[in-house]
Amino acid sequence: MYAKKGTWFIVKNTLKLASLLVAVSIISFTLVSHSPVDPIQSYIGADMTSVSPEQRDNIAAYWGLNDTYTTRFSHWANAVLHGNLGTSLTFRTSVADVIAERFFASLALMGIAWAISGILGYLLGIIAGMRKETWLDVAIKGFCFTIASTPAFWLGLLLLMCFSVWFGWFPVGLASPAGILNEDVTIYERIRHLFLPALTLSIVGISNVALHTRQKLIDVLDSEFIRFAKAKGEHSFSLLWRHGIRSISLPAISLHFASFGELFGGAVLAEQVFSYPGLGQAVVQAGLGGDVPLLLGIVLFSTLFVFAGNLTADLLYQVIDPRVRRRRTT
Amino acid sequence: MIEQKYRPLMEVRQLSLHFHQYGKELRKMMTVAITNFDMTIHREEIVAVVGASGSGKSLLANSILGILPKNAELGGKLYFEGEELTIEKQIQLRGKDIFLIPQSINALDPLMKTGKQVELVIKKKDRKNIRKNIFKKLGLPPEIGDLYPFELSGGMARRVLVAMAMASEAKLIIADEPTPGLDIDARNETLALIKHLSDSGKGVMFITHDLNAAHSIADRVAVFYAGQTLEVANAKDFSGTGNSLRHPYSRALWNALPQNNFFPTFEVQKFTEKSPTGCVYRCRCPLSTDLCAQQQPEAKMVDNGMVRCFHA
Repeated sequence: MYAKKGTWFIVKNTLKLASLLVAVSIISFTLVSHSPVDPIQSYIGADMTSVSPEQRDNIAAYWGLNDTYTTRFSHWANAVLHGNLGTSLTFRTSVADVIAERFFASLALMGIAWAISGILGYLLGIIAGMRKETWLDVAIKGFCFTIASTPAFWLGLLLLMCFSVWFGWFPVGLASPAGILNEDVTIYERIRHLFLPALTLSIVGISNVALHTRQKLIDVLDSEFIRFAKAKGEHSFSLLWRHGIRSISLPAISLHFASFGELFGGAVLAEQVFSYPGLGQAVVQAGLGGDVPLLLGIVLFSTLFVFAGNLTADLLYQVIDPRVRRRRTT
Repeated sequence: MIEQKYRPLMEVRQLSLHFHQYGKELRKMMTVAITNFDMTIHREEIVAVVGASGSGKSLLANSILGILPKNAELGGKLYFEGEELTIEKQIQLRGKDIFLIPQSINALDPLMKTGKQVELVIKKKDRKNIRKNIFKKLGLPPEIGDLYPFELSGGMARRVLVAMAMASEAKLIIADEPTPGLDIDARNETLALIKHLSDSGKGVMFITHDLNAAHSIADRVAVFYAGQTLEVANAKDFSGTGNSLRHPYSRALWNALPQNNFFPTFEVQKFTEKSPTGCVYRCRCPLSTDLCAQQQPEAKMVDNGMVRCFHA
């Protein structure tokens, strides 16, 4: 019975993912092919005058720009199905390599920001919920509302201005100091460069988790089973630990795993502000440079990334909440 | 009938409960929930507290357990086994010597297995076996322990709550409306379980609005109206046309039951801002006189029962 359920779960989610990827590819491809950016012009850049119209036509023919939309799409889709994401026009290497390299840089940034915003948001939510309607709660709520309405790039600029320009504690951008070979960059330097972008992303991610955790905790503390637990003589920390922690973890976990999309979106902005060479910056470069293969490659990859987050949230929900787990079996 | 040689298990004297609230224009208000409440419970005795919804019955349970909200102000004295039940004592005794059977089956933690919830109440070693024994006594199959509350039927969940009360080895059980929403079999079963608890030596305070249930298992019945006990009658006083009852409200309640005269009685009870000056029941009372409006009747003993009425 469990095996059957597991197989069905895998089949169902594979189908979901496949249809999602197809839909995302078609939509992105359509959007990109209607983009006003001329790929040849952005490829050649300032040397445009030294390239003759014949040469331009040759490049267009070589890239297949004269083919119809459907032909181009089927060429690309066929190649992707065979595991070939194509070559990036901007970086002049294979798209897979660019994604791998850039994702690794972004992973450090997003991973740290994700962990910090989750832990901080959860703790702040618990504190605010426990101290409901005190000055502490008002302060935490106010902070959350403020950052919830703060755009990531603006916060990034603010931090940059404050800590890099005025105080000079952190570098203004990039992932390592300029003029030093990659192998010679120390861990300390890497962390110094990572700090502000990670801080920006962490702060942006706090409010959602904090506010939901706060509300859930208030609901739980108000519930019949907490009244009963108090009547049974349980109190303070052990009460919260025994009867509250699981309930309030549910929204926090599902929200936080489902927020991979926002995390990625935030990373695009933060990396842009701090010129941090991650996947987010690459996607901006690909978009502005008409680098269709890279753009589509990243779109597919980020779809996978967000899907994985949602799937993890689903799975964890089943582990933590017996009402979800057991209802599926019966 | 009442064994006076025992020291009472629980004694409530002149209990009053107020709530501080902010009314219109942030004016500080005080709402009176309970006034002049008296009650005594002995071992092996069931004392029912009967009153309509909104009469403040559940607040009574919360007052004894000391789990009132912060804006509540408690007056009067509580005694447990002859010792004053202070806030510290309440914290120490609740869940140990005083145990609540809650009204709603939502009182079970939805994310914890029922067996574990019962075992948490047991302070001795070998919790698992003790729990299994109690389950057996209550006719609950041992597998129930591995289920979560949402997997139980209403009747089973109710039995799990009773199992917790048994597991606690408490001397005083406060059953807060354990019967509403149950079908007739489940209701009778719950009543039998409560009776069983008192037979095994515990004192039970049975809070209900089901007068039938109350007088069928209780030794004494306290009739609660607008935060006051108007009468404490012996269970046998509820018979015939209710002539042995001392208070007009008790008689009205008794005669409103379908198997009696089915005579309607109107319930309008509101928590007032000030303590009432006259008798709380005078507006509904057929016997009301000027005296009833001027002062509150003191509690007096008539035929082995307490009553708060000038005309009794």
